[in-house]
Amino acid sequence: MAEFRLPANSRIREGLTYDASTGDGPTRRFRIYRYDPDGGANPRMDTYIIDAANAGQMVLDALLKLKDEVDPTLTFRRSCREGVCGSCAMNINGVNTLACTQPLEEISGDVKVYPLPHLEVIKDLVPDLNHFYAQYAAIEPWIQTRTPTPPDRERLQSKEERAELDGLYECILCACCSTACPSYWWNGDRYLGPAALLQAYRWIADSRDEATGERLDALDDAYRLHRCHTILNCTATCPKGLNPGLAIAKIKRMIAEREL
Amino acid sequence: MRSYETAVSRAHGRGSTKNGFSHWWRQRITSVLLVPLLAWLAGGLALQAGADLESARAWVAFPLNATLLIVALAVLFYHAALGVQVVIEDYVHLEGLKVASLMLLYLVCFALVVAGSLAVVRIALGG
Repeated sequence: MAEFRLPANSRIREGLTYDASTGDGPTRRFRIYRYDPDGGANPRMDTYIIDAANAGQMVLDALLKLKDEVDPTLTFRRSCREGVCGSCAMNINGVNTLACTQPLEEISGDVKVYPLPHLEVIKDLVPDLNHFYAQYAAIEPWIQTRTPTPPDRERLQSKEERAELDGLYECILCACCSTACPSYWWNGDRYLGPAALLQAYRWIADSRDEATGERLDALDDAYRLHRCHTILNCTATCPKGLNPGLAIAKIKRMIAEREL
Repeated sequence: MRSYETAVSRAHGRGSTKNGFSHWWRQRITSVLLVPLLAWLAGGLALQAGADLESARAWVAFPLNATLLIVALAVLFYHAALGVQVVIEDYVHLEGLKVASLMLLYLVCFALVVAGSLAVVRIALGG
């Protein structure tokens, strides 16, 4: 059955409090999910208090500050710190987003940070994305052609055909959308999820690709594609402002058009 | 059981059934059909407000009304079965319980169509 309550060993307990504020000026409180797989203990919420003036601009700046100066065991993924790598995707105050592009000043009160929802947690804010990446691989995200490669030039595409890929190619596979989707929570083993489906459509919409029929065949399934119930959490949460819900609707429409 | 199955193998699963369209399409067709059917039914019942039993029986017995009533019942309960099927597939993950629930669902909806149609026919034929 769908799990509405966390298993007993996953329920979150109150954790430690680290007060690193100097007493000068306003402070910022961070409530951060912690889980150490080696300890055998339940996950806990730790509280960190630092001076607001030193917290930095973005949530990621504050997390790095906490890790550097307060608690070096705090674990999270990060790389580019400018919203193009997708590593620091996490749930901040109830919304999946990138810590590096989430300004602290937009958050009033405590900053509550959890890992992406409904994935197995490896440690602290680091979720297991193996299945997510395997689903991306399953949609075969590369150009497939029957026409041999032209010997003297690239495969051509008009400006209009290239424009069809706008809003699709920008996806950084941060997994914010898929892990915000209730259908993906309950049936993520079989439902591909908005991120993989947006990428599937990116290749379906590519005028140079010659495997559209096979791609639609692979998606025409009650679970893989049609488990999308247009809840649209994906579109609401995408930190890049993309619209996976629309891409999924376009795939459904293309399948309908070839049936009718 | 320890499994060495790869993530890619799990993601591919047993492949695509290649017939996800049919259920999705039937759900949409029935919902579109229900718009005029339920509007007609609501209008017809509203016109019977305050009428006596004989007048209501005569309305149901009128051939066009009897036909449309049976069509509306069939479309309504087919749509309901298609919709509840999705809910069961979403939330019931024990295979046996899922299949049993789906069978019970279609049995109940089919029985409701038969019972409703039988009632309309009895009135229409003056039984």
